Amino acid sequence: MADATLNTPARSITEARGTKPKRALSGRNIMIYGTLIVFSLYYLLPLWVMVMTSLKGMPEIRMGNIFAPPVEITFEPWVKAWSQACTGLNCDGLSRGFWNSVQILIPSVILSIVVASVNGYALTFWKFKGSDIFFTILIFGAFIPYQVMLYPIVILLREMGLYGSLWGLVLVHTIFGMPILTLLFRNYFSTIPEELFKAARVDGAGFWAIYAKILMPMSLPIFVVAIILQVTGIWNDFLFGVVYTRPDLYPMTVQLNNIVNSVQGVKEYNVNMAATLLTGLVPLFIYFVSGKLFVRGIAAGAVKG
Amino acid sequence: MTNSIEVKDLTLNFGAVSVLKNMNLNVAEGEFVVLLGPSGCGKSTLLNCLAGLLEITDGQIFIKGKNVTWAEPSARGIGMVFQSYALYPQMTVRGNLSFGLKNARVPRDQIEAKVARAAEILQIGPLLHRKPAALSGGQRQRVAIGRALVRDVDVFLFDEPLSNLDAKLRSELRVEIKRLHAKLGNTMVYVTHDQIEALTLADRIAVMRGGIIQQLAAPQEIYNRPANLFVAGFIGSPSMNFLHGATVDGGQAFRLGDLHLSLAGYEGGMIGTRDKVILGLRPEHLVVQDQAEPGVTIPAVVELDEPMGADSLVWLQAAGTQMSVRVPVERRMAPGTPVHLRVDMAKASLFDAATEARV
Repeated sequence: MADATLNTPARSITEARGTKPKRALSGRNIMIYGTLIVFSLYYLLPLWVMVMTSLKGMPEIRMGNIFAPPVEITFEPWVKAWSQACTGLNCDGLSRGFWNSVQILIPSVILSIVVASVNGYALTFWKFKGSDIFFTILIFGAFIPYQVMLYPIVILLREMGLYGSLWGLVLVHTIFGMPILTLLFRNYFSTIPEELFKAARVDGAGFWAIYAKILMPMSLPIFVVAIILQVTGIWNDFLFGVVYTRPDLYPMTVQLNNIVNSVQGVKEYNVNMAATLLTGLVPLFIYFVSGKLFVRGIAAGAVKG
Repeated sequence: MTNSIEVKDLTLNFGAVSVLKNMNLNVAEGEFVVLLGPSGCGKSTLLNCLAGLLEITDGQIFIKGKNVTWAEPSARGIGMVFQSYALYPQMTVRGNLSFGLKNARVPRDQIEAKVARAAEILQIGPLLHRKPAALSGGQRQRVAIGRALVRDVDVFLFDEPLSNLDAKLRSELRVEIKRLHAKLGNTMVYVTHDQIEALTLADRIAVMRGGIIQQLAAPQEIYNRPANLFVAGFIGSPSMNFLHGATVDGGQAFRLGDLHLSLAGYEGGMIGTRDKVILGLRPEHLVVQDQAEPGVTIPAVVELDEPMGADSLVWLQAAGTQMSVRVPVERRMAPGTPVHLRVDMAKASLFDAATEARV
């Protein structure tokens, strides 16, 4: 009896060692990795074509082999896309659009996040009569199609004297970011214990002091999420940019469209590809820099709603 | 004695739900009052009203003679300690302690002095540079108390401060809070559902149910002379034994079936003849003996006994119900043993079954 109990564990370990090898190439693994590789190739292929084409000269492109890497690498298309490409109106490339986009992006992101986070904070901790109805209406705004509001907003901006200016567009971005951002912040703040808020009130902190000194430092992940959402959303916006600004204030996306779609002479595929890649760099950069925080913030907001 | 806290006709409604009903409460200067009751009785709500964290529907609140009914929490001269500690996670202990003072724009050197003094009283000096996450539960609660301490408040409000701690730490901190009260002499209002905390700490206990104070009295008074059936059943562990019977002979005796107990020595008002009364007998106030004494003892049969270390709890069948009696631990009793329980009428409670009030 004593013998058996002493021996069994030792034997079972040796047996386990012998019968359970780690097979890297099991049928299951081949299926999983095979599928993953096929899908990543599928999504990477267009990017490959774009990068390769943007590095080729026009004669090489005309040979038609779009998947082949360039025989002779040239950065000429990138330079041209940035500073010389022509739209119907001007010939200073994407750079003009880039700086316009930056000028739109920075105030829009800051303004929308500041307003939405204060909204979320007030709706969580300073409930007032009708605050729930207010919140519902705000969220409802997220489901109204943009097209419905395009023209009314044109009139509104005109009456306010902001139509065609960058600040008009900033205002529009701030308003349209409000529902989803407020929801985001409210959900995050409602995970913060109410006793913390009460303690701060007993300690004599007011509305703004609690927001700035207690809640903001605790909420970095959700601010990062909001920044990413807004930067990519506003940077990629085309519709509002083209509707609410003048041609000399067009954001980068609109400028890109005008470069790619301008029909005069030869279609310069390499320049178009380079221009498209340049336009996509900003959101790409944001994702790479803050990916980890982004995931953490999304998860944090998702736990409680 | 001046009143430190005066609550006048306080009413609080959440929509159609009435949480606190026409409440009146006076707390004397330096008094330790415990609000005790089951969950949902409104005790924490009352504390939040005192703190100014809830807007009341009707009534008035005075603290140190000043009407603070509509004052901001920070302007009421109160400090509050929460169940979850509610320390600011991104600040160090020092930051937590000085936050309230900074908001009140106290000069820097005074802040230093006050934080140092609080740290000394609570023995958290070595922890001042740490963040709350690096503290144990007991240390966190000490910091939370310190946050009220530094602000030199008139009134301390405790909202179940020990409920998140384990049993050993809880009894340690309980003693510490009592010591703190003796040392500082502040008025303290303390919410708990733990009757041991209430009985040990309080100068007076307010037992609450359904938004109404059932009884407000010293712990011994609450224990010995509960004002109604609810208080009697809520205070004491194990719970008071209740016998449902009637008073006969113009209030001379209690009768339940064959059982006949003399009410001589009962401390109370006019008993009179009542059809339905409830006699409450604490397990601690019954004595087990072998001989029957007519009019004084209840015949009983032992069901089982539970030795609890210091003493032993015996469960018996008597007068048609189950009763419990506390006996010395050496006295083991086998199930089925017939015994007699001697009643000390001076320590018994008699309630009218209809009104549930003490007779």
